[in-house]
Amino acid sequence: MTFKLAASPHTHNRRTTQQVMRWVYLALIPGVLIQTYFFGFGVYVQILLALVTAWLSEAAVMHLRNRPVRHAWQDHTAIVTAVLLAIAIPALAPWWIIVIGTLFAIVVVKHIYGGVGQNLFNPAMAGYVLLLISFPVQLTSWPLPTELAQLPLPFADTLSIIFTGFTQAGHSLEQLRIGVDGITMATPLDSLRHDLSQSLTLSESLAKPIFGSLGGIGWAWVNVGFLLGGLILLKQRIISWHIPGGVLVGLLVPAAIYWLFNPDQAITPLLHALSGATMLGAFFIATDPVTAATSNKGRWVFGLLIGGLIFVIRTWGGYPDAVAFAVLLANMTVPVIDKYTQPIAYGHGGRP
Amino acid sequence: MSQTTSVYKELAWQGLWKNNAGLVQLLGLCPLLAVTSNITNGLGLGLATLLVLIGSNITVSLIRKYVPNEIRIPVFVMVIATFVTVVQLLINAYLFTLYQALGIFIPLIVTNCLIIGRAEAYASKNSWHHSAFDGLMMGLGFTLVLVILGGIREILGNGTLFDGADLLLGDWATSLRIDVFSVDYPLLLAILPPGAFIVMGFIIAGKNWLDNYRAARAKQPQKQVTRARVTAQ
Repeated sequence: MTFKLAASPHTHNRRTTQQVMRWVYLALIPGVLIQTYFFGFGVYVQILLALVTAWLSEAAVMHLRNRPVRHAWQDHTAIVTAVLLAIAIPALAPWWIIVIGTLFAIVVVKHIYGGVGQNLFNPAMAGYVLLLISFPVQLTSWPLPTELAQLPLPFADTLSIIFTGFTQAGHSLEQLRIGVDGITMATPLDSLRHDLSQSLTLSESLAKPIFGSLGGIGWAWVNVGFLLGGLILLKQRIISWHIPGGVLVGLLVPAAIYWLFNPDQAITPLLHALSGATMLGAFFIATDPVTAATSNKGRWVFGLLIGGLIFVIRTWGGYPDAVAFAVLLANMTVPVIDKYTQPIAYGHGGRP
Repeated sequence: MSQTTSVYKELAWQGLWKNNAGLVQLLGLCPLLAVTSNITNGLGLGLATLLVLIGSNITVSLIRKYVPNEIRIPVFVMVIATFVTVVQLLINAYLFTLYQALGIFIPLIVTNCLIIGRAEAYASKNSWHHSAFDGLMMGLGFTLVLVILGGIREILGNGTLFDGADLLLGDWATSLRIDVFSVDYPLLLAILPPGAFIVMGFIIAGKNWLDNYRAARAKQPQKQVTRARVTAQ
């Protein structure tokens, strides 16, 4: 009988990277379905474009690096990156937006740092920030939720607007975004931010047609969808509760305090939780195993930091939503967090 | 005689490539990254730095025997500051629009580590004509990096080359402007500071790749005679 020597951790479920990644993108399905229901088939087209770009660019990079392409394709991390980026950008953005973003995410952010497991920054979010900084107009032109839109948008028109910028009838994206009252509509967070800076009260701002009973029409349900997927991941033990818990606590506690003292000029915690990319960020983006902190305590700090940054940037920053910036900033602090939260190995000193 | 030419050759090789201020020593990154949003600014700042570098190198080399060792750094800084002021006033007088475009980065040439570095490392130990040549080559190497970086960023971010070159070179240079391509939405990131860092990283990677490639090629022709090992270890 031989005893094998193995490095810790000694208890693990034998999931391969591919299986973990498969769970992640399967858990995205409820959110993606709801997003498609509210924002149209564009979501599927973006995902498809992102996947094709990610596969091709990964194959090209692996070829340049003299490594087997199959290895990169088999671990499915590129799929997760591509899908996350595709659902983060507006559904009707021009095709080159998602292509540039995915190329940057895969080639520069992932492979130049050494490929799977070596990247400092979350590839999808770094790609998103590149796009947001470079092409602010396209990245903020979210289509209207279908129930508010005046013009129906069948699949052929969706394709046409993504690839040519116009529907078959010649409507531009700007025209599609005009609501019932003839005013171009922004996303809920954008609209709230603008109104609050114009000294409107919260209730006045919430009276706009883009808001339903729960939050922004569509956006609230999309967030609920991603929350559902996140709970599946928690149940499957793909992610631990520390990071999403930290993000939500870090965002909602300051938001609640700020709102209690300032109820007319602050966004309610519920709106914070169900707007923008909160749930997607908390459960799917911040939990990226490569770029997050490692120990449980570290993950908790990492999550709190992201949540706090989201609150700060949403409230006082220059952009309406902040998940991508918060995640990237927190990614930078991970080495420090890991250094100071390293658990003490049993029998190696530490606290008495 | 051949001794001196080899010294000059070595200085040129070091300044332009092997010990390039921007790519290898990574000195003067602040102006390097801040002003290179297009070729014109890069070239303007590069030439200003070049002039200061030659002037300060010559002066430092000439006074090197009279400066007490303990206070040499303040003296060098004074010399450099003098030349920077001269260059700044010259640009202000003759190239006013460029002066406005470069802004604070002209006076900041004083703090460019490349200049004080060359004064300390080379000019304070060598004769003035060698120091002058060293300043010329180091400055040219720096200018080269600025121009390449500015060019790449200008193409990516604006789709043009030599836009506004007339600010630097006079009216005839308006015809230098090349429209590489035109897009409705330029890649703003390339113009912004993060773009400078990313492009700079790629240029450094390119230089290292080229060095490795040359080293690998230089090694290849030697045929290795392998001898079969006949004895056990």
